[in-house]
Amino acid sequence: MITYEEKFDIIVVGAGHAGCEAALACARMGCKTLLLTSNKETIAQMSCNPAVGGLAKGQLVKEIDALGGEMGFITDKAGIQFKTLNKKKGPAVWSSRAQCDRVLYRVYMRESLENQKNLWLKQAIVTEVLIDNGKAKGILTNINSAYLSDVVILVCGTFLNGLIHIGLENFPAGRAGEFPSLTLSDKLKEYGFEVGRLKTGTPPRLDGKTIDFSKTIPQYGDENPKPFSLKTKKLPERHYLCHLTHTNGETHKIILANLDRSPLYSGVIKGIGPRYCPSIEDKVVKFRGKPRHQLFLEPEGENTTEYYVNGFATSLSEDVQLKAIRTVSGLEKVEMTRPGYAIEYDFFPPTQLNPTLETKLVENLFFAGQINGTSGYEEAGAQGIMAGINAVLKLRKKPPFVLKRCEAYIGVLIDDLVTKGTKEPYRMFTSRAEHRLVLREDNADQRLLEYGYKFGLVSEKIYLEFKKRKGIIENEKKRLKKVKVSVSVFGKLTEDMENHKRVSLAYALKIPDITYKDLAKIDKDSKEVPQRIAEQVELEIKYEGYIKRQNQEIEKFKRLESMLIPPDFKYDELTGFKHEAKEKLKDVNPISVGQASRISGVSPGDIAVLMVHLKKFLSK
Amino acid sequence: MKKNFKSTSLDEDTIAAISTPLGEGGLGVVRISGREAFVIADKIFRGKVKPSKAPSHTVHYGKVVVLNTDEEIDEVLLTVMHPPKTYTKEPLVEISSHGSSFILYKILNQAKEAGARLANPGEFTLRAFLNGRIDLAQAEAVAELIKAKTDLSLKVALSHLKGELSFKLNSFRENLIEILANLEVQIDFPEEDLEPKDKEYILKELDNIKGGIDKLLDTYDEGKILKDGLRVVIVGKPNVGKSSLLNALLKEERAIVTPVPGTTRDVISEDANFKGVPVRLFDTAGFRVSKDTIEAEGIKRTKLEIGKADMILWVVDASSGLDKDELELEKQIESFKHVVVLNKIDLGSEDSISKLLDRFENKIYKEICAIKREGIEDLIDAVAKEAITFDRDANGDVVLSNFRHKDALLRSKEGLSKAKKSLTEKLSLEFIALDLRIALDAIGEIIGKTVTEDILNKIFSDFCVGK
Repeated sequence: MITYEEKFDIIVVGAGHAGCEAALACARMGCKTLLLTSNKETIAQMSCNPAVGGLAKGQLVKEIDALGGEMGFITDKAGIQFKTLNKKKGPAVWSSRAQCDRVLYRVYMRESLENQKNLWLKQAIVTEVLIDNGKAKGILTNINSAYLSDVVILVCGTFLNGLIHIGLENFPAGRAGEFPSLTLSDKLKEYGFEVGRLKTGTPPRLDGKTIDFSKTIPQYGDENPKPFSLKTKKLPERHYLCHLTHTNGETHKIILANLDRSPLYSGVIKGIGPRYCPSIEDKVVKFRGKPRHQLFLEPEGENTTEYYVNGFATSLSEDVQLKAIRTVSGLEKVEMTRPGYAIEYDFFPPTQLNPTLETKLVENLFFAGQINGTSGYEEAGAQGIMAGINAVLKLRKKPPFVLKRCEAYIGVLIDDLVTKGTKEPYRMFTSRAEHRLVLREDNADQRLLEYGYKFGLVSEKIYLEFKKRKGIIENEKKRLKKVKVSVSVFGKLTEDMENHKRVSLAYALKIPDITYKDLAKIDKDSKEVPQRIAEQVELEIKYEGYIKRQNQEIEKFKRLESMLIPPDFKYDELTGFKHEAKEKLKDVNPISVGQASRISGVSPGDIAVLMVHLKKFLSK
Repeated sequence: MKKNFKSTSLDEDTIAAISTPLGEGGLGVVRISGREAFVIADKIFRGKVKPSKAPSHTVHYGKVVVLNTDEEIDEVLLTVMHPPKTYTKEPLVEISSHGSSFILYKILNQAKEAGARLANPGEFTLRAFLNGRIDLAQAEAVAELIKAKTDLSLKVALSHLKGELSFKLNSFRENLIEILANLEVQIDFPEEDLEPKDKEYILKELDNIKGGIDKLLDTYDEGKILKDGLRVVIVGKPNVGKSSLLNALLKEERAIVTPVPGTTRDVISEDANFKGVPVRLFDTAGFRVSKDTIEAEGIKRTKLEIGKADMILWVVDASSGLDKDELELEKQIESFKHVVVLNKIDLGSEDSISKLLDRFENKIYKEICAIKREGIEDLIDAVAKEAITFDRDANGDVVLSNFRHKDALLRSKEGLSKAKKSLTEKLSLEFIALDLRIALDAIGEIIGKTVTEDILNKIFSDFCVGK
C-alpha cells in the first residue's frame, strides 16, 4: 500500500450532484478537500433526464443556492429552456424547471470545481473506506493507494454493486458506460452497515434527425424566465423546444406481448423501484384502461442531435424497445442511439444516519445522495451541501447544522430519511412538507441565506444585495398597508368592500383578481421595483392570512423541535414506554423530542414519558 | 438545554380537564392550567371579581355561563392561583361545581370554547413534573403514571371504537384520503395527463362526510343527555297531587290543578334544571284500573312513559293508605329507578304517616307538601343526586373518551367547512388541501394517525403518474 504524502481534511468519494456540492462546500469553508471520481469526464453527469428542477425540486435548487451551493448557478449557465410550473396555482407550489445541455452542465461544473481553492480533484476508483477505532481515516483505491483524511463523505450514487438490466441481459456497471464499485459496500456491510437494494430506470435516447416533429406537439418554455441562482445576472439566450407525443394501443400490445423478456416481470430484478417514475411496462400493465401515455421528447443539448424520451423508461430487450417506440406518432422511423435500461444498486437505509448525515456506526463518515435511498439530482445536491457543511462543523467541533422541517424542503428531506427511512427511491413532493405555504421558491433566500453567509458560502456581494432587497420588501409592504384609497376606484366591489369607503392598498391586493400591477394604476406614489421584489410583496400580502396561520403552526411545531436530546441519552433502563416505542427510539436515536414524535410507533403518551425522563437526565 | 425545559410549559397551550372522579361525589372540579387560564376564566365566569383581577389563592362565588351569553350553567366556587405556588407552577384556575357530570362537561366545554385545549391523560402531572413541582426522584413514578393513564384512556377509546363507529370513521378517512390524493396529484404532477375528480364531486363528497360526522355527533351519549335531559316521570293514582308536584318543581302553574280526579288524561312534559342537571319532567294521568276508554288510553301512555324513564317519582297521598291500584302501580315501577314522594304530609295523621314510612323503609322517599311547596328543594336534591348515580352506571371514562372524540370530530368538521368554502371561492388547491389535512388529522386522533405516505399510496394506486 502506498500512502499519498499529503493528508486531507475531507475526502469526498464521488463527483455526482451530491459530491460536487459537498466538495465545494468543504473547500469554500476552508477545508483541504479531495474529490475523487472514477471518471473525470463524467463529473456532475445527468444520468437521467437532462433537466433540473420541477415540483418541490425547484424549491430544493433555490434552497441549495441560498445556502451558497452551485447547482442553480450551473443550471442557469447550461439551461436551454426555462419554465415555471403550476403558474395557475398559488405561489407556494410554483416550481422552476430548466432543460439543460447535458454536456455543458458537466463542463461548467467541472470548471467550478477545478477553479475552487482548497479543492483537489483526482480520478480514482475507491475500494474501501479506511476505518480506525470506529473513526473514518481515509480511503483505499483499486491500485492500492491510500489517501488519508479526518472525514470521508461517501456519495457514490448508483455505483455500489450496480447491475444494469436490458432485457434478460445484465452486467455490472455504475451507469451505462461506467465501472461499478464492487467492493465498497461489501466492506461496509462487513463492518456492520445494513445494506438494501433499489432499482431505477432510464429511457432510450433517440436520434433527432430521424424524428418527425411535425407529428408532435411543441412545448415552449417561458418567455421571460427567472434564473435559479442569485449569482446569475442574465440567463443565456437559448430557447429550445420539447415535444409531446403519445403511446397508443399498438405500443401497449407490443409491450404486453414481450413481458416474458422483461427483467422486471420475469423476476430477475429484486430491487424496489420508484412508483412515481414507473417504467413504461409498469404503466401499461397497471393501468390497462389508459389508452395512451404521454412521452416528452427532450433535447440533450446544443451540439448533439440526441433526444431523451421522458416517459418511456424501460428495461425491455433492445429489439422490443425499438419495435414499441416506432409505433409512436412521429417516431415511426426513429433510430435509437442508446437503449433504455434498469439499474439495481446498493443503498444504506438512512435511519443509520444522524440528521447531520454522519453515520451512527462510524464517526466522521458521512453519506449523501442516492446511497441514502433518494433519487433525483436536486435531492442529492441538497444532501451533498448539508453533509459538506456538517463535516466541516464536525472537524471544527462546532454545533451541527440541522434544518427544521418548517425552514426548508432540505429539512423535510433529511428528517424524513433519518427518522422514517425509505422503502423506495425517495423523491421530494410538495405534499411531504406540512408547512409548504411558507417553503416557497421566492423566499428561499429569506429562509436560508443568512446561514449560507454565516458559513462563508455566500459572498459578501450577494449578501448585501439580499439585505437591500429585504429592506425594500418590508418597506413596500408597510407602505401598502398605510396608503388608503377610495373604494370607488375599483370597478367591481366585493361584498366585504361595500362596507368601506376607503381601504388600504394592501387590503385591495387581497382581492383575488387584483394584482400588484393593477395597484400601480391607482397608486400615485408607486415606484418601479424589480420583478422579484414585486412578486414577493404581492404574494406575502395576498396570502397573509394563510401565511400567518402556517406561522402559528410553526411556532407550536418548534417547541418540540427545540427540546434537544443529548446523544448520550440512553433508553435501556427507562420505564413507562411501550416496548415497540422504546426499540424504535433506540434505533433512530432522535436529536429532539420533535423528531422522536415523528417516529412511527411512538405515541403521544410515549413522548410525555420521554419528556419526564429527559428532564431528569438533563437536571443531573 | 435545561433552559428549554423551564420555559417550555409557559409557551404551551392552556389545558383543561375534569379533575375529580366522575359521578362519585356531590362536588366536582374543572381545572384549567396555562398561560391563558385567567383569561379563559374571565370569559366564562360571572362573579363580583374578574378572575384575572383576583389576588392569588382566593376563592370566588359566582356562576359559570355559556360563552358570550348570560345563560347560567351552574353556581360555582372559583379558585384563582398564581404561579409558582400551584400544582403545575402555571396560572391555575379551579372551578368547583355540583358533581353531576353533565354540569362538569358543560363547564369543560365552555373552557374549551373559550380557548383551552382538552388535557391529555396525565398532562397536569407531566407539567407539574416538567416545571419542577414534583421531585426529580419521582421521574419513574410519574412516567409510570402517565403510561397507566394513557393505556387506560386508549383501552376505553378502543372498546368504544368497535363496530359501526370505527367503520364509519375509517370510511371518512378513506374518503378524505381519496379527495386529498385527487388534489395533491394535481399539485405535484401538473404536466400529467390525468382525470382527477371534479369540483362538484369533491363538494358532494365533503358534504357526505360532513353529514356523516353530524350523525355521529348526535349519537354521543353525553350529547343526548345534555340535549334531551334526564327523563323524570311523575306517576301516582288520581288526585294524589302529581300536577301540584309538577307545578311546584317548575315553580309555575303549568298543569291544570283541580280537585276532580283524573284531570290529567294526557302526558304533560316540561323542561327543568335541577342543580344544573337538565331534566325533562313528565306528568302522567292518574293510575287507575278503569273501564273509561279515555282513561284507559291514559294508563297505556303512562306505562309507556315508565318504560322510557330515567327516573320515576311515585307520588303517594300521605293522608291515606295504599290501595289496590297503587299496589299494581308499584309492581309496574319496581324494576325502574324511583323515588317515593309522600305528598300532603300536612294532612296525614301521625299514624298513617308512620305506617307508610315503615312500608317504604327500604326505598328512597321524600316527604313534601306540593301545594305549600314544602320539601321540594329536598326532592330536587335527591333527583340531582340520582342523576349522578345514573352517570356512574354510564361509566365516567367512557363519557370522557366520548368527549375527546366529539372534540376531534368537531375540529374535523370545521376543517371540512373551511375547505368547502375555499373550494367554492376557487382558491388554489394547496389552500383547500391545508384544511382537509386538518380534518383528516382530527379523525386520525381517534383512529390512528394518517401520514403523507397514505396519501402518496393513494396517488400511485389511482393515478398513472411519473415520467
